[in-house]
Amino acid sequence: MSVMEERDVSNTENIELELLLQAIFLQYGYDFRDYSRAHVKRRVKHRLMQEGLKSISELQNKILHNKESFEKIVRDLSINVTEMFRNPPFYKSIREKVIPVLKTYPFLKIWHAGCATGEEVYSFAIMLKEEGLLERTQIYATDFNSHVIHKAQKGIFSIRNIKEYTANYQKAGGKESFSDYYHANDELVIFDKNLNRNIVFAEHNLVTDSVFAEVNMIVCRNVLIYFNRDLQNNVLKLLHKSLIAGGFLALGTKESLLFSDEERKYKVIDAKQKIFKKKYE
Amino acid sequence: MSKTREIKAVVVGASAGGLYALKKLLPALPASFPCAMLIVQHMSPHSDNYMVRMLNELSSITVKEADEKEPIQPGTVYIAPPDYHLLVEADYTLSLSVEEKVNYSRPSIDVLFETAADVYGKHLMGIILTGANTDGANGLYAVKKNGGFTIVQDPNDAESPAMPRAAIERIMPHKILTLKQISALLSKAETCF
Repeated sequence: MSVMEERDVSNTENIELELLLQAIFLQYGYDFRDYSRAHVKRRVKHRLMQEGLKSISELQNKILHNKESFEKIVRDLSINVTEMFRNPPFYKSIREKVIPVLKTYPFLKIWHAGCATGEEVYSFAIMLKEEGLLERTQIYATDFNSHVIHKAQKGIFSIRNIKEYTANYQKAGGKESFSDYYHANDELVIFDKNLNRNIVFAEHNLVTDSVFAEVNMIVCRNVLIYFNRDLQNNVLKLLHKSLIAGGFLALGTKESLLFSDEERKYKVIDAKQKIFKKKYE
Repeated sequence: MSKTREIKAVVVGASAGGLYALKKLLPALPASFPCAMLIVQHMSPHSDNYMVRMLNELSSITVKEADEKEPIQPGTVYIAPPDYHLLVEADYTLSLSVEEKVNYSRPSIDVLFETAADVYGKHLMGIILTGANTDGANGLYAVKKNGGFTIVQDPNDAESPAMPRAAIERIMPHKILTLKQISALLSKAETCF
């Protein structure tokens, strides 16, 4: 194939991708049209290979007529890579700069938006327990992917990464022995049921759903990076509305309010760990 | 290289031994370097930005860690942050992702090269440097397939020859050069080739 033809193929693919996202939205109500396109394209092409299909149009046909195919692509497009106490300095900063403020409230609500399989939700629950806050905290853990929400609810994870998680826990300022929080067998670790007693796991789509609670803190890490600027701004508006005045917003290490419309509505608590506090109007 | 080709961006992939190679390569670039350069250097997910700061100190052009949604500027070197994939969007902005590792790597060279090839086509140059794995071979294939110009560091010149070898086995690159020759080629670039 000549070079010229390769470029045409690439352009055709972009058109097909646009149509596929439109089709998914019209048929199923899931809106990926304002996701970062390079990311979506990679995931869709990965699905093409898995299905042994030749073009995105063929995949569109399959997805429109077959709900299972749709569910597969939803899983592909939702990034569920997460770990416990991911990025320990972040947790350390929360302990030092946020927890003392949270302790002043008689009752707390914390929302994990885009929680995937829940590793960070359990990490937070452990930290809250050690700080004596878990009993008076209502945690909402949401994701648009129902499959991962079910997984998160169970609190059962592979034992494969537990060594790394233990090291993370210690670096994050953990006060006990990490193994006190789970039972392990050869393959799995099962987290203490007391940890998720106050956690409500629910499906919520940041792109298409609206505010459902007013909370003291929102943890939304490595979610916004998949959205384009417009969608980021819309979601940041939703998060701002969901926070009480003086509430905290925690984003991923490479995410920022910089250049967003919401920037002026927050005070920076930790610039490096991306922790912000909603200003009192 | 043909006179009609206009390179707008250079993607570079490096792994084991890469820091040494980049310390030679980037300071050789003139302040007037006319292209954007995007780099994936494999590193520990817990690294700080010491490498970026050091390379910036040593170089006359700006070297920075890539930020998400950042518009790609000519004459600037962007390095993928630790534990994030770096991708190029069709509107010439950068995006980041924490999706699964590719070739056991995050950032992965393949992810950067494939998305850049998709956007830049023949206006892209891809360079594979030293490394001890096979990441980047598929990426360089994508660069060539989309009409881009491909260079692989001579395995005999590389601190770790495995990655250049894997790339050469995957495709026949346009040029196999020593680090010195690559530096010379890039530093002569005044008008984006």
